[in-house]
Amino acid sequence: MFGRLSEQALKHDWIEYMAGGSMVLGGLVAFLLITYYRKWGTLWKEWFTSVDHKRIGMMYLVVSFVMLFKGLVDAGMMRGQQAFACGESFGYLGASHFQQIFTAHGVTMIFFVGMGVMFGLINLVLPLQIGARDVAFPVLNNISFWLFTFSGMYIFVSLILGFFAGTGWSCYPPLAGLKYNPGVGVDYWLWTVQISGIGSMLSGINFLVTILKMRCPGMTLRRMPIFVWAILATMILVVFAFPILTATIAMLSTDRLIDTKIFTADYGGSPMLFINLFWAWGHPEVYILVLPAFGIFSEIVPVFSKKRLFGYTSMVWAIVAITVLSFIVWLHHFFTMGAGANVNAFFGIMTMIIAVPTGVKIFNWLFTMFRGKIQFTTPMYWFLGFVLIFTIGGMTGVLMSIPAADFQIHNSLFLVAHFHFVIIGGVLFGFFAGFTYWFPKFIGFKMNESFGKVAFWFWMIGFVVAFFPLFILGFMGATRRMDHYSVSAWQPLFVVAALGAILIFIGVGFQVLQILATIKERKRNRDTTGDPWDGRTLEWSTSSPPPFYNFAMTPEVKTRDPFWEMKRSGVRATQEYEEIHMPKNSAVGFWIGLFSFICSFGVIWWMWWLAALGAVGILAAIITRFYVKDVDYHLSKEEVKRLEEKGSP
Amino acid sequence: MSTKIKVVLLSLLCIMLLALSAFYFMSHETVVLYPQGMVGVKERDLIVTVSILMLIVVIPVFILMLFFAWKYRENNDKARHEPDWEHNHIAEMCWWGVPLVIIVILAILCWQSSHELSPFKPIGKEGERLKVQVVALDWKWLFIYPEEGIAVINLLTIPENVPIEFEITADAPMNSFWIPALGGQIYAMPGMRSKLYLIANKQGTFRGASANISGKGFSGMNFNTVATSKEEYQNWVRIVQSSGRGLSFSDYQNELVKPSSYAPVQLFSLQDRELFERIIDQYMAHTK
Repeated sequence: MFGRLSEQALKHDWIEYMAGGSMVLGGLVAFLLITYYRKWGTLWKEWFTSVDHKRIGMMYLVVSFVMLFKGLVDAGMMRGQQAFACGESFGYLGASHFQQIFTAHGVTMIFFVGMGVMFGLINLVLPLQIGARDVAFPVLNNISFWLFTFSGMYIFVSLILGFFAGTGWSCYPPLAGLKYNPGVGVDYWLWTVQISGIGSMLSGINFLVTILKMRCPGMTLRRMPIFVWAILATMILVVFAFPILTATIAMLSTDRLIDTKIFTADYGGSPMLFINLFWAWGHPEVYILVLPAFGIFSEIVPVFSKKRLFGYTSMVWAIVAITVLSFIVWLHHFFTMGAGANVNAFFGIMTMIIAVPTGVKIFNWLFTMFRGKIQFTTPMYWFLGFVLIFTIGGMTGVLMSIPAADFQIHNSLFLVAHFHFVIIGGVLFGFFAGFTYWFPKFIGFKMNESFGKVAFWFWMIGFVVAFFPLFILGFMGATRRMDHYSVSAWQPLFVVAALGAILIFIGVGFQVLQILATIKERKRNRDTTGDPWDGRTLEWSTSSPPPFYNFAMTPEVKTRDPFWEMKRSGVRATQEYEEIHMPKNSAVGFWIGLFSFICSFGVIWWMWWLAALGAVGILAAIITRFYVKDVDYHLSKEEVKRLEEKGSP
Repeated sequence: MSTKIKVVLLSLLCIMLLALSAFYFMSHETVVLYPQGMVGVKERDLIVTVSILMLIVVIPVFILMLFFAWKYRENNDKARHEPDWEHNHIAEMCWWGVPLVIIVILAILCWQSSHELSPFKPIGKEGERLKVQVVALDWKWLFIYPEEGIAVINLLTIPENVPIEFEITADAPMNSFWIPALGGQIYAMPGMRSKLYLIANKQGTFRGASANISGKGFSGMNFNTVATSKEEYQNWVRIVQSSGRGLSFSDYQNELVKPSSYAPVQLFSLQDRELFERIIDQYMAHTK
């Protein structure tokens, strides 16, 4: 009946009990609060089943913030452990607990923070920037969100029931195979990544079609904002890369479920095949995370420099070059696996070529500032911090693209420092910049600036203090993923890194304060014009927050920076109001997400009846949806006129 | 925060980082930068050369950024403002071109060094090399000296100035065999035979480890590499040959493969000189 789920699964050490307990408590408090304020109905009708890209975007961000908090706590525990666990001391975490933490940290940060915040912002901004009323497939968008959210829950469920994988986030076989890891940990990993991966793939298709088919009249490809270009490239990467992940994980799943021996070391299987396939997805994934950040900065720098973006054409070509190259560099993740010199050199050279278009983008941003009038708002702070950190990250990346140099750095803490420089400096700083920049558009008032800047300084300095020592540790021969080490010369640097983590936590504290202060000052900072920053693109031409139909009249575009040109020439659209065609909310996404969760939970714990129930549930949800005919409605001209005159609804 | 405080903060941070780097880079604890063997030296030189080449682009980026941010600040009325200036062919050519030239130089370096330092490329002459077979176990290292007929757990003793030919496999999940003081690493994989050539040009004790996670006891999977004079090495071999316990394939299967971490050094005299091949062959068979 319960498969391999027994009371054994509930046994943990006290730290895990505390983590699990506080998680349950937090969930309970949220549940009680929502019940007390009788918000379940509103939540269900207006949010959970919503197909409005702006609401879905905000839900993505809420989930990602919870995940970011979880990932940061993991990071803090690791830094703490490594600051203590030297020589005689073994720290406060057991080896397998430590290994679960860094695995969960990686999975959380890549799949649920990196992907989550980017999909959140893309959802919020992209349709507005191309002058569309929604995405191409609004219901599919909701399905993607629920697949993302339900798969993320496994990271929390594994705190209480059983344990998470301890194999590192990349989960290489044979370590991840049945022979060495027969327990549920790797299965949790498999289904977390599998389901969220399918959600991402669906989002990829959705946004690709949205960009190609839903642009407003006049917005040719060469008039699209660079953010839209970056997302177009990202979605091409998603559509081509995620199927590889899905297939690879399906094969590892069959290895673990029915012993197909595709990736085992014996019986003719090949673990090296898994590693190749994993990174054939994994390297494009890096660009899936960072290209949207490049797009965000390409919007922010011109607006706050009061100047056109420098080198639009170069920017587009740079994005295209990165997109193509990112598919032929995956082998640089394992130069040390023993490929021949020619193969290693080829992949090394392809990798370092990516530095050229990336460098071009940085120079273009800098020359956007040149002869501009720079306003030092919080987003600009994040941009300047990004340039400093990301450039060092990129430089160390080129260093590691040389196989013979990589042999001495690979899998050391140097590598860990490198990708944190790139991903925190690029993706996270990019997101913080974009979040502050677009916040007034979606919430209706600007964020508090002074707390935001203090938070930036703590993040920036904390980041450098936390991660710079890791470069030195790498040169000292310290490898990654150690729960204990015996070289006493390493300890001071680990302690410094832990202090840096504390500074980052203070920065996060200031970000929380910033949000509280923002709410408190909402009246003073209200954005009544819809255009708080003197923006350049279409999203600023509608009210803040935008009406659910985005634009009362379909915008028409004649140039790049269309809204800025409109403001400059004083010509505003004067068409008549038109009838608006809108999609209706649907609960199918929630049910598909829930049943996917039930189904995979059944598979993980070998409760086959539950898995069958979940599978039937998914099918039933899809088939029922086929028979729903009432999927859309029209807003009449009079209704639009009434809503517009009443002010933002 | 006033601009002055920011400048002071940033400068302090930079000075702190430079001081920290200088202190550690000059202390010989950064073994990758102070290698004790020819392969490691070449890899170190490569790392240094490449870093300097890249600074040609990176330093201008930092300077331009700080300068532009300062000069074109909003309240500087003296600076020009050209809101429509959006491209310049020569400038763009520069930053496509200069990095490209640097990348071409790096590509040549990359191609040459990949061949020169390929782990499969033998160093030294045939006959003067010492062959050591390495097996990554759960979670310890077994070093087999087939020609001397000895085997050791978690201790690698080698003569100085003698090229070592490592043959590497695993009877465990994938590990990575790394002695930072001597040079680059390579994966140890079950059923596979990797090769690596290293040499110690100085005597000393160097730390070796697994650089790839292989399970619970992975952090305790360390060993010492002791490089001694040729005479001392010969003495050591003789001692192990005479005092080590006998090790056959069945001893190996019954005892050594059992998982253990932070394993103490154990000395064996080899009863089966084909031990390494037998370990690999376990993965070739269709039934075990």
